[in-house]
Formats: sequence, C-alpha cells, structure tokens
Amino acid sequence: MEALLDPFQYAFFVKGLFVATLAGGLCGLIGVYITLRGMSYIGHGLSHAIFGGFAASSIIGINYFIGAGIWGLASALAINKVTRSRRIGADAVIGVITTASFALGVALLTHFGSTGPTFDAALFGSIIGVSAGDIWALVAVTVFTVAVVFINYRALLFATFDPEVADVSGVKVARTDALLMLVLSLAILATLTVIGVTLVAATLVIPAVVSRMLTTRFSRMLWLSSLIGAVCGFVGMNLSYHLDVPSGTMIVLTGAALFGVVVFLTGGRLRSRSTVGFV
Amino acid sequence: MTRAGLTPKYLVRVDDATFGYDANPVLENVTLTVKPDDFIGVVGPSGSGKTSLLRLLLGTVAPQRGVVTRRPDVAVAYVPQLETVNWNFPITVSECVLMARTTRTLPWPTRHEKAEVARVLDRLGIGALAQRHIRELSGGQQQRMFIARALLRNPQLLLMDEPTTGVDVTSRHDMLHLLGEINADGVAILLTTHDLNGVAAHLPTLVALHRTVIAVGPPAAVINGPVLERTFGAPMEVLEHLGMPVVLDHFSHHNTFRGRETA
Repeated sequence: MEALLDPFQYAFFVKGLFVATLAGGLCGLIGVYITLRGMSYIGHGLSHAIFGGFAASSIIGINYFIGAGIWGLASALAINKVTRSRRIGADAVIGVITTASFALGVALLTHFGSTGPTFDAALFGSIIGVSAGDIWALVAVTVFTVAVVFINYRALLFATFDPEVADVSGVKVARTDALLMLVLSLAILATLTVIGVTLVAATLVIPAVVSRMLTTRFSRMLWLSSLIGAVCGFVGMNLSYHLDVPSGTMIVLTGAALFGVVVFLTGGRLRSRSTVGFV
Repeated sequence: MTRAGLTPKYLVRVDDATFGYDANPVLENVTLTVKPDDFIGVVGPSGSGKTSLLRLLLGTVAPQRGVVTRRPDVAVAYVPQLETVNWNFPITVSECVLMARTTRTLPWPTRHEKAEVARVLDRLGIGALAQRHIRELSGGQQQRMFIARALLRNPQLLLMDEPTTGVDVTSRHDMLHLLGEINADGVAILLTTHDLNGVAAHLPTLVALHRTVIAVGPPAAVINGPVLERTFGAPMEVLEHLGMPVVLDHFSHHNTFRGRETA
C-alpha cells in the first residue's frame, strides 16, 4: 500500500497524474464523436500531422502550442473536406498528408533538435514532461471542449448521426464539423506531452468503443466514455511510474486491457437492448 | 407570408434544371412543380436521378443550369432511405425523433418537447417503442420513426427517399394509408419508389423520371407501355385490374436485381 502511495510525495507525479486523468477524460469525450463518425483513422492521422507542426515550430522558435495548433487545425480541416467530398479515397489522402507531415517532423527534429518537449516525450508521452503551462493549457482546452459539447449538443448529435438530414433541418453542419475538428486538434495538442502523438488515437477510440458496448444511449455514452478515459489515464499513469515505461503506453495498455475485459463479458456485441429514462 | 395575392401557389418549383456530379449530368432539363396538396410519386430505374431530384428540391445541391424556387416560408422535411442509416448508432427512438428540434441550445428536452415527441409517436402507432434502441425496430417501424421526426418539424412538404424499401407488404399498405392521412392533413408529399404495383399505382400523381421528366399525371397516364418503355428502357406489359394499372411481374424481378440505388 505504501509503495502505491509513494509517488504521490513527488510534485511532478501529482501534476502528471492530474494531467493524465484530465487528458484521458477529454479524449474519451471527443472520442465518442470521432468513433461514431467513423473517423478513428483521422484522429490517428491528425496526431501524426500535428507532430510535423510541433517540430517546425520548435525550430522556428515559436510556442509549439500555437505553431502545431495552426498546423493541426489546417490539416484537420483539409482532411475533413476530403472525407466529406468523397471524390478521392479519403483514407489514401489522409495517409499521404499525415504521414508526410510526421516524416517531416522526424526529419526536422533529428537534424535541428528540439527546444520544447523531448523527441521521446512527444512520441510516447512522458511523466516528467509536464509543465505548469501544459496543465493550464489542458484545463483551458477541457473547459472549452465541454462548453462546445454542451452548447452544440443537439447540432453535434444530429450532424454525427445524419449530416444530410441535419443540414436541411437547420443545423449548420459545416460549422459544426469545423468546431469538432478544432476541439480535436486542441485536445491532441494539449495531451501531446503526456500521451504522445503516436498513441493519442487509442485514447480517443478505446473509451468510446468500450462505453458503446455498455450502453444504447448517446447521452450516457458521452459521460461513460469520459469516465473510462479518465480512469485509464489515472491507472495508466500510476503503472507508468511503477513500471518505469512511458506514460502514453501504459494509458493505452490499460484501456486495451479494459477493452479486452468488456469484450469478454459482453461477447463483443454492441448493445441494442434498451434501458429506461428519457435522456 | 405577404399579401395573399403575392403568395406563390407552389411550394417548390424546378424550372428547366440540369444537375450532375463532375461533368456527367444526372438530370437534364427537369421541370416540376410541387403544390401544397400534392401527393407525388417519382418512378424510374436505379440511376435515373430520383435521389438527385430530391436533393434539388431539398436545396442540398444547386442546379448547374435552370432554377429551383422555394416558397420563402416553406418548411421541408426529409425522410432518408433506411439503408443509408447507421443502425448501430447509440440512440433510442425518442432521442432520434427529438433531433428535429434543433433550435434549443440545452441538451435535455423540455417537458413540452417530451410531450410533443410522445404525441407524434402515438399518432404513428409506435408510442410504446419510444425507449427502444433504433435497431430493435422492424423496417416499417423504423420508417415511422423517421416520419415522426419529420412531422415534428411541422413541414408543408415531406420528401421521402424509397420509403417502402425494406418494409413488408402489410407495413407497406399501412404506410401508404398513413401517408394518405398526413397528406389529407395538408402536408404535400413527394416520394421516390421503384415499386410500380405496390406503391406508385396507389398514388394520385406520378412522375416518370429518366434523366428528365418523361411523363407527369395520374397512374393511368404514366403506368402504360410507351411511358414505361421510355423510362425503364425495356418493353413492359401493363394490364388493368379493378381500374388500376398492373405491371406484369417479370419486370419487378428484373428490377430487383439491378442493385443498389446510387443517384
């Protein structure tokens, strides 16, 4: 028991744990929309694209949050447009744009070195990479995301379920999509140092898929996915300390283990037997 | 709405419209008027432009040539094809119907909205299924759920894409009866169908479509050999039974295997 509480005496661990829990919850929340829209691959690609922006801003000398943010949002909007237009194979275009961006990031950082978070921290997440600035940025992004989801709940739900009918029913679908891409980019950025770009996609997908297997209601899936994400962040960060492996990997492995348990218990079926109550 | 004399008599009017994806026109020189009490069925083979015509009427796409005019205050509601819906989506019937209420900001429904949803579901005979997951419903019930969602918007025009596909014969009959009631309540309906005998023959007005409008009129004027041959590109035999045109069955089989509707 003492060994479990041991890391809590270190300020860096408490900070890391707070960020991991919040990051897990944030990704769990956004992940619901990403997975239901069939955009899991976009989350994966986008995090890689953002790595290019991260490296470039590190070399130019501007704040990586701003540099990578602009880069990430531009990539997200481009990907979203390609996906919706259905003219070219979206998966192929995403593969090209995001992998090239990632490769560019690796090349730039290898050649010039990083002035922000370390190479490994950006890729796999680090327990010691968390600054006060990172905490504030993550808190701000989380508050913004919750506000966006709350205020646009109906529009986001309709545009996710049925964009064409939503469009003719008064929902500004393009604006709603752009807003979702904005919060996704911001969330990937804000969780970059703890979870890492190569692993963030799993924190978007796993909590959402697990919660989908447990409920048939959208509103319940939203909070359940956030809760599962937060728990995975908390448990994963603790394991990361005790096992001395990068935090992102343990957060993802915790989620994967939970996924395995739920698949075993539910037989992997998505729930369609209903429950009581309106929302 | 302005002075009575200035209010157009139509809800939506398509004037000589041409529309296509990339350079290939799906619709050419289409002219069609939908008036407030109309109940129109659009018939045509797969790829004849039925869905594109619906999109033009909805305003989700604009014609490359020609004009689509909507009466300024017209409320249009759309019922999608069942096969385009993600049935694994985690929502209940009530949650789905409530989507029609897009103007309110707060996520949860008001007491008034709950009552409205309950009323429209009862009217469509699926009130008892309100808390079910959407996948638990039969094809006919799923169609009714989307009609409920459309009616919650108090539309003057209801556009429906193949509303009887995936619906069994009894439900299809009930569905036509229900749509007749909705139409009698003052809602104009335009639906697409490839079912000539089971659906089209029972509607007051038909439009035969194959890239352009081949014919418009009551079933007898549209479901006849010459019009059907121009529309479907194959000779078809039409008999008369109890005053209604009946297309001989060998065609229905032929059409069934044409595959999924794409445009």
